[in-house]
Amino acid sequence: MFANLPYLTVVVLTVIGLSIILLKRNMVKVTMGLNILTSAVNLLIIVLGYREGGIAPIYTLAPQTYMVLPTPQALCLTSIVIGVATTALLLSFTMVIYRKYGTVNVAEMRELKE
Amino acid sequence: MALTLSTGSGFWNPVVWLIAIAVVVVVVYLVWRRGEAGYTAGSAQVKPFISGNAEPAKKVAQMPASNLYWGFTEALSGYYSRVVPAHTGIVTDYLLWVLWVTAALFLLVVIT
Amino acid sequence: MIPQFLWDHAPAMTVAVPLLAAFLCPLIGKFTATGRKAWVLAAAAATSALALFTAWRVYTMGTWVYVFGATVPNLSVPPDSGGIPIRIIFEVDAMSALMLVIVAIVGFSVILYSLSADGKRSGLEGYYTLFLLLIASIVGMVSTGDLFNFFVFFEISGLASAALVAYRVEAGRAVEAGLKYFVVSTLAGIFMLFVIAILYGQYNALNIAMLASRMQFTMLDKIALVLIIGALATKAGSVPMHFWTPDAYALAPSSVTALLVVASQASLYGLFRLIFTLYNLSLNAATVGWVLIILGVLSMFVGVTMAIPQKDVKRLMAYHAISQTGYMLLGVGTGLAVLGNVAMLDAFGRMAMEGGIFHIINHAIYKGLLFLTAGAIIYRVGTRDMNRMGGLGHRMKWTMIFFMIGALAIAGIPPFNGFASKLMIYESVYLFNPVLAIIAMVVSILTLASFVKVFHSIFMGPQLPEYEHVEEAPTAMLWGMGILAALVILFGLFPQQVVDSLITPAANALLDQSGYLASILGGA
Repeated sequence: MFANLPYLTVVVLTVIGLSIILLKRNMVKVTMGLNILTSAVNLLIIVLGYREGGIAPIYTLAPQTYMVLPTPQALCLTSIVIGVATTALLLSFTMVIYRKYGTVNVAEMRELKE
Repeated sequence: MALTLSTGSGFWNPVVWLIAIAVVVVVVYLVWRRGEAGYTAGSAQVKPFISGNAEPAKKVAQMPASNLYWGFTEALSGYYSRVVPAHTGIVTDYLLWVLWVTAALFLLVVIT
Repeated sequence: MIPQFLWDHAPAMTVAVPLLAAFLCPLIGKFTATGRKAWVLAAAAATSALALFTAWRVYTMGTWVYVFGATVPNLSVPPDSGGIPIRIIFEVDAMSALMLVIVAIVGFSVILYSLSADGKRSGLEGYYTLFLLLIASIVGMVSTGDLFNFFVFFEISGLASAALVAYRVEAGRAVEAGLKYFVVSTLAGIFMLFVIAILYGQYNALNIAMLASRMQFTMLDKIALVLIIGALATKAGSVPMHFWTPDAYALAPSSVTALLVVASQASLYGLFRLIFTLYNLSLNAATVGWVLIILGVLSMFVGVTMAIPQKDVKRLMAYHAISQTGYMLLGVGTGLAVLGNVAMLDAFGRMAMEGGIFHIINHAIYKGLLFLTAGAIIYRVGTRDMNRMGGLGHRMKWTMIFFMIGALAIAGIPPFNGFASKLMIYESVYLFNPVLAIIAMVVSILTLASFVKVFHSIFMGPQLPEYEHVEEAPTAMLWGMGILAALVILFGLFPQQVVDSLITPAANALLDQSGYLASILGGA
């Protein structure tokens, strides 16, 4: 039961993220939804590399060689950095649009259509 | 140099096409040669002749882009009235389409 | 003649040169604007030269495996690693080399054009940084042999293109286009990351060749396949996930749009690469092939019919870009649908794939040319609305000639390059399913019709009084367009040479999964 808890969290986060980006009309909230989705995938990657009882994968003076996998953590770190850049760019776009259009509602940002 | 493009069941040779174009150009030149010899630029000859009527203003004579193919879009209005409004310009709709297609692919590829 | 370090490190340098040059741009621009121009042009020329050199070596000497950080640059599986390729590996095979050729050609012409078109505008500090970053990310996407590395370059290309689309705010509308593009792109990125998690969780590897050799095609792999198609077909702009395309292509500066076309095609390359190399015969080839064909036919038809009533010249061309992407999906999808059947594959499947792949390079060249001509017109006239243009052929003769070449090529009129690849697609797809070939031809006719409209409303008609003093586009812009136009004609006049030397090796590289695996994993 508890072994599957992280996977359950991933599913819950994914559903929350998807419902936010589909149901909310506020661009800031859509950005948050995308962030939650990214976190869900990051958590999934970390959980995949976790070994119960393993230590941090640092070989210098390691008390044991049973360690968690280092690669998923490196992947996750990269993905977090990309996520920061993504969020910053999305929010700055939202900011400029708010200045020009006076709204953050996605249903009103539709100068371009058809 | 193999100039022929082989497409498995057929072929295509650009040289034949070029020869055809050359022949057309020669014919055009011959027709052009037979034209009025007394042409002078800048005289009244250059003016468009519209059965003696005055030439309309340039702005009136120009046909704007959206009037072309009016008939086509009108004939297919049943199609256009559905497809054009689907491009709503709302970003969450774009995301919905992506997820919708992914779900459809999921049914098609994973379930079957 | 060619120094030794190029022989050893050219694939890495093709990414490193634009990447480093990009971040030096703002610094150099602080001191001298002319110096920055020269720097950007030199960086673009160097990148193109490196990419062409890499491609040439791949075409003459076979797949090039480059391992980052190894003592020997081609040591993909170190002896102490237990038979696993542990480092980040670039694997440039003939298909990647074809994409490198495209990036080299379009990247250089677009930079040449852009230096003149955008040279006098403000805020150039970051502009060329993003431009070179986009080129670097496309090069990375097409040459990497590592799934996570692909994801990183995929995200860099999304970030750089979104920022470039929004660069000229245009009263907020360009930012809106950038935002829409980037939101969709972010979702596609999340899909790709999820795919990586699924595959890594099962097979403990990120290298595409390693993953392919361990592929079991379980339920989870099928889910990964669906997400790959969803993510990469979205980024390639296939109907019905194409909605971001007209927004982003129309509002981006024209030189950026021409490069965005290449970026979309790098995503298309990723789709083909992952389907053919990662899954190949283990997937249900007929189903996935038909998925690609249906996406392709929808893209062709909806793209071209949406293009016909457009008033904005670049938006119209963007819908045509969607429609042309459909041809590539149709051609390669047909090849995929008959993948398991050797007789049908040899009869027409291979030819259909060659047609689809040939169309990628042709489309990148003529669509780039068309967007550049549109940019030249907008540069001189100051509007994108075709209703307000007219009679420009009197003053912009070269632009008109280049536009005609591009328009005839996209409509598949001989002797331009679009005809050659479309003919290959028609004839091979006809053997597979005649209805698909007929739809493809009808779409070509509609494409011609819609470009006749564009040509008529922009260039024909009497000279309008407000455009009496419009001048021809600047020389550097004409050179950028001229390179592409010359290639359109060249590829159209010598299609068989191009197919033999560039396209057939690329199609074979896609089909030959075991060759791709063997060049990384050795004989295993």
